[in-house]
Amino acid sequence: MDNRHNPFDMSPETDVAWCPGCGNHMLFKAVKGALDDLGIDPVKLVMVSGIGQAAKAPQYMKVNMFNGLHGRALPAAFGIRLSNRELVVVVESGDGDMYGEGGNHFLHAIRRNFDVTVIVHDNMVYGLTKGQASPTTQRCMKTPVQVDGVILEPFNPLAVAIALDAPFVARAYAGEIEQTRSLIREAIRFKGFALVDLFQPCVVFNKLNTWQWFKENTCSIPADHDPADRMSAMKLATTSEKFPLGVFYRNENRELYEDLAGIGDKPLHQQQPPDEKDFRTMLDSIPMNNV
Amino acid sequence: MRPYPDDISLVIEGAAGQGVQTITSALLPILKNIGYHVFSCTEYMSRIRGGSNTTEIRITGKQRFAYTTRIDVLFALSPDAFEHLQNRIGEKTLIFAEKEHFGDGWNERCIDIPIPAYALQAGGPVYANTVAAGAVLGILGIPLEPLNLFLREQFSRKGKEAIENNIKAATLGFDFGLRTPSALKPKIPVPVPNDVKKRLLMDGNSALGIGAIAAGCNFICSYPMSPGTGLLSFLAERSGTFGIVVDQAEDEIAAINAGLGASYAGARSVVTTSGGGFDLMQEGMSLAGMIETPIVVHIGQRPGPATGQPTRTEQGDLDLALHAGHGDFVRAIFAPGTLEETIESMQHAFDLAQRFQIPVIVLTDQYLLDSVSTIDAKDIKRLPVASTLVRTDDKYKRYTFTDDGLSPRGVPGYGDGLVRVDSDEHDENGLITESFDMRRRMMDKRLKRLRPLRESALPPKVIGRHDEAETMVVCWGSTRGVLEEALDILGCKRLAGIHFSQVYPLNPKTGTMLQNRRIIVIENNASGQFADLLTRETGHVISRRILKATGEPFSVEEVVDALREEAHG
Repeated sequence: MDNRHNPFDMSPETDVAWCPGCGNHMLFKAVKGALDDLGIDPVKLVMVSGIGQAAKAPQYMKVNMFNGLHGRALPAAFGIRLSNRELVVVVESGDGDMYGEGGNHFLHAIRRNFDVTVIVHDNMVYGLTKGQASPTTQRCMKTPVQVDGVILEPFNPLAVAIALDAPFVARAYAGEIEQTRSLIREAIRFKGFALVDLFQPCVVFNKLNTWQWFKENTCSIPADHDPADRMSAMKLATTSEKFPLGVFYRNENRELYEDLAGIGDKPLHQQQPPDEKDFRTMLDSIPMNNV
Repeated sequence: MRPYPDDISLVIEGAAGQGVQTITSALLPILKNIGYHVFSCTEYMSRIRGGSNTTEIRITGKQRFAYTTRIDVLFALSPDAFEHLQNRIGEKTLIFAEKEHFGDGWNERCIDIPIPAYALQAGGPVYANTVAAGAVLGILGIPLEPLNLFLREQFSRKGKEAIENNIKAATLGFDFGLRTPSALKPKIPVPVPNDVKKRLLMDGNSALGIGAIAAGCNFICSYPMSPGTGLLSFLAERSGTFGIVVDQAEDEIAAINAGLGASYAGARSVVTTSGGGFDLMQEGMSLAGMIETPIVVHIGQRPGPATGQPTRTEQGDLDLALHAGHGDFVRAIFAPGTLEETIESMQHAFDLAQRFQIPVIVLTDQYLLDSVSTIDAKDIKRLPVASTLVRTDDKYKRYTFTDDGLSPRGVPGYGDGLVRVDSDEHDENGLITESFDMRRRMMDKRLKRLRPLRESALPPKVIGRHDEAETMVVCWGSTRGVLEEALDILGCKRLAGIHFSQVYPLNPKTGTMLQNRRIIVIENNASGQFADLLTRETGHVISRRILKATGEPFSVEEVVDALREEAHG
């Protein structure tokens, strides 16, 4: 990582609430690095997040921020994007926030395919509420609530996203920081719904999926994988013994919601109320008055 | 009940799918253009086909905005009419129906009308409603030609045959209606054909949509739920002309969060729903309060709890609107009672939401939304739209402390500053804080606006003479029309009415206006939610509550009966 000034850096005195050794610190650098690589103007960037430790990331960056409700980052991001196409919208969230509380929005945001980058810090546990199972917690892990171990199969975000034809689906890992930076860069550059599921350990509450565990259980995506091949991407997301890292799926042909819905280039905040003539003409269109 | 010489109540009944709405939308403009005052309201069952639905059309000498139980002329197209309407059919009701559908009660005021036979003669069963529309005009002695014009226009795209068959059906019905014995024919008020062109017919849904467009609304994201969906459809239909972004959300939670995201980015956003959907939006209300972001929420009330009566009416969600969302934050609530008020309430709602940076609710109900009446074009007022956004500089702080607690509102991408909003307690920059002192100051900042908001609250409207009245009858929202008419009929100076189209915060003069008067509150719910609010806000004791929560609106007769003792006792 270079030591050049990053325009998204806050003052060094900023009180960061993440634990020492948390994967977030590394990922944070990767996100800021990627944004800087792309030369994005902080004034034109909105970071949207829900609630959780990962969702605090925008608090520590010089960006426009909408830190909304738990699970509701995507609908807010959607409203922001439709109101102003000039804005780059990035959602940063955790596995509980995005795949649990926000699950329905996750499905429908992919269906819509508006231009948004969704970075999900996936540590396979609930950190902020102190160690309960998240939707991606591995089976058999014991927690203060799942006392005999988790009995459910984990949610598979990549398979779900590919099934819904999310046009950009990737996975990265906090231990592979240069690759993460490059994947986030690619995701932001992509026009459409881009998902980056980001593996990271929770050093306090997840004693199963440690730095060591991730190192042993992840692998590179096979060199001959063609991201345009949806079936092969699905196979990769569902059948691998280890968790592959890289771009699973990329569909250049999906149309943007903004284009399909005819959203204009002019931001809504610049729009004036209708002039009197248009308004009065509209009154004549009220049913039963054109007889 | 005394007879009403200047007032005919015509009810058209039919199963869902039989075209009762089509008859209504043909007849109302014809009646209006002749110069009659018309009012119509609709009640229907929660089903797509079958059942028994009715539309009441009142033709009156004076403009009314209320439902009557009484039926003067009934057109029954379905066999279920008589059971469904048994409490409304009186000795004087003239009934047009097929005799074979009728039970034992057939009498000399029942006229056997062979609608299906006429329909077949005209070309098929689908023409039954046109036969009925023609018959209505025949009975009332109104010329047929305007209906033929309507049919030509309506079916122009369906071809010559459809037009000719419809005209034949209308003529058969019309001739039948003309032959009604004159002793049975209802006496129709004298039309006043002045300025009919300037009067517009519309329902509450249209009035709501007109208000939103007048306010410069340019974003709506909602999930369909009766009776809140009308606003979504109205704006969707006009989205191209006015540049309104319209999205159907996956659920109400998404709807309000998208609305807030849009508003944060500078859109003028609205969401529409009913009580059940609004339940899901409560956390979003709370978020709006915390991040000081404007949003207008329309709640079209229907009876709860739970799914309740999906197609019926009630004023049962006032408490919900008042208390929705956790924590202390400021809101305003409007509850219009006429078309004019509906158009203006929507504009007030946008204005307050933007100026005070708060969530504002507009509370209507199925009855108000589906009721049709006329409004003079000059009474469709546009209120000034204040520009409340600032261009930010690089020192910009979204929550800068100010004397009135309102910080200049910037939006991302407009200026050089960063706009940061946070659902966590935050500092002036919008960044999360754990400081108790900052929390105290921020709560104070957010709540301070209640005082100026209250001072700007709309004054309630007095119905009748306030100075002479010993008793004030209080109503809010859609009950205005029925109380106005009941007080008019009772004609007693001891009683006056007072209607609130803004129900929160209440205008500061409210307490004084009710001072030393006996207070009766009339509302379309089971517990008297506004009565409770009034006591809480003014300290006044409510002497009597007139309540109804059957799923129907109050009728003029019911209100007259309920107040008769008060007037003469």
